[in-house]
Amino acid sequence: MIALLARDLKLSVRAGGGALIGVLFFMTVVAVIPFGVGPDLNLLSRIGPAILWIGALLASLLGLDRLFQAEREDGSLDLLLMQETPLVLTVFVKCVAHWIATGLPLVIASPLLGLFMNMDEVAIGATALTLLAGTPAITFIGAAGAGIAVALPRGGLLVSILVLPLAIPVLIFGVSAVYAAIEDPAPFLPPFLILIALNLFFAVIGPLAAAAALRLSSD
Amino acid sequence: MRLVAEGLSATRGEDLIFRDIAFEIAGGEALVVKGPNGSGKSTLLRVLAGLLPARSGSAKLLAAPHAAERLSEAAHYLGHRNAMKRELTVEENLSFWKTFLGDMAGGAGVPVEEAVEAVGLGGIAHLPFGYLSAGQQRRMAMAKLLVAWRPVWILDEPTAALDAAAEDMFAGLVTAHLARGGIAIAATHQPLGLEGVQELRMTGFAGVAEEVW
Repeated sequence: MIALLARDLKLSVRAGGGALIGVLFFMTVVAVIPFGVGPDLNLLSRIGPAILWIGALLASLLGLDRLFQAEREDGSLDLLLMQETPLVLTVFVKCVAHWIATGLPLVIASPLLGLFMNMDEVAIGATALTLLAGTPAITFIGAAGAGIAVALPRGGLLVSILVLPLAIPVLIFGVSAVYAAIEDPAPFLPPFLILIALNLFFAVIGPLAAAAALRLSSD
Repeated sequence: MRLVAEGLSATRGEDLIFRDIAFEIAGGEALVVKGPNGSGKSTLLRVLAGLLPARSGSAKLLAAPHAAERLSEAAHYLGHRNAMKRELTVEENLSFWKTFLGDMAGGAGVPVEEAVEAVGLGGIAHLPFGYLSAGQQRRMAMAKLLVAWRPVWILDEPTAALDAAAEDMFAGLVTAHLARGGIAIAATHQPLGLEGVQELRMTGFAGVAEEVW
């Protein structure tokens, strides 16, 4: 399993791996917002956490369709399916590798982009923390979509559409936790704990659903 | 160790591809599946590898030195695609599969360098897999069979894109595998140069045309 993790991480930084595509997209989206919204600093800092979260959500969806499709195209998926190792575990490890390669850079880039949005240090810290807790859930949900669309050419958009409704709760609780941290009366912990719960929930459901979809998709 | 298949039939969509396939192979024996294009050779092999559900019947590995729940766990599958990553070097590819697949009880895989030597391509294992020619890629995919021990080899057109020398080399690999008590099932048009193999002739859909499905 460590071998699979290492291989996927290696692949993600080699040519065509696309580890940086997500973070570049994230930066592009967030960087153009101040130009579109205009130089109203108060407005920017108010919408900043939401913009960062939306950008991160879309950026995480971007590379998900390749999660199993690349494996299928070169025949590796057949071999992964045949093994004694439970497929759920294989899928889980692939998700973790995918998150380290594409989700973690988003978390790391978010403080920098927070400065673009005129956010203060508490808001920046809270956004990075909630992204850290929330983006794995998006990857796990996305794995299920990627498993369903694995046999479809150009399934990329389909994966995003399939996955988006399930990712909405993550977005809602992520953003509300950040706002709770900035604005005094609302407590930070309850939405943050729900976010972590969603993460754990999808860490179980996502790989299970993806494994079932992959088993059915083989032809 | 025996591989026993009974009453296997498979469908693709609504179409019956083959039915009532039965054979028995003992350790050290090979089965060559022959037949015209579209007669269901690949489908049969994918059913055996557990990648397609069988409509009826079953294939089991009996009296094996280890308890494999499914046949697929005890098998190597070499399909049309090589299951190697173009971006990684040959060495990275092979050592990944060696670690990931692991050895089954009753045998041990050879080290990566030795496997590369065995397919006659020593010295180019440091190259990215995508740089190799089609024939070299195929040979490296065969090296994958050697790095992890599996008693059953399921080979779909293994020698496509290979020159005559490589076909001999591959026949040697299969013979060595059989000598270790392994089982090989190969679908092929070319003679594999193996001695004393069973043959299974697929007639294709024409043979079962009377069956109203």
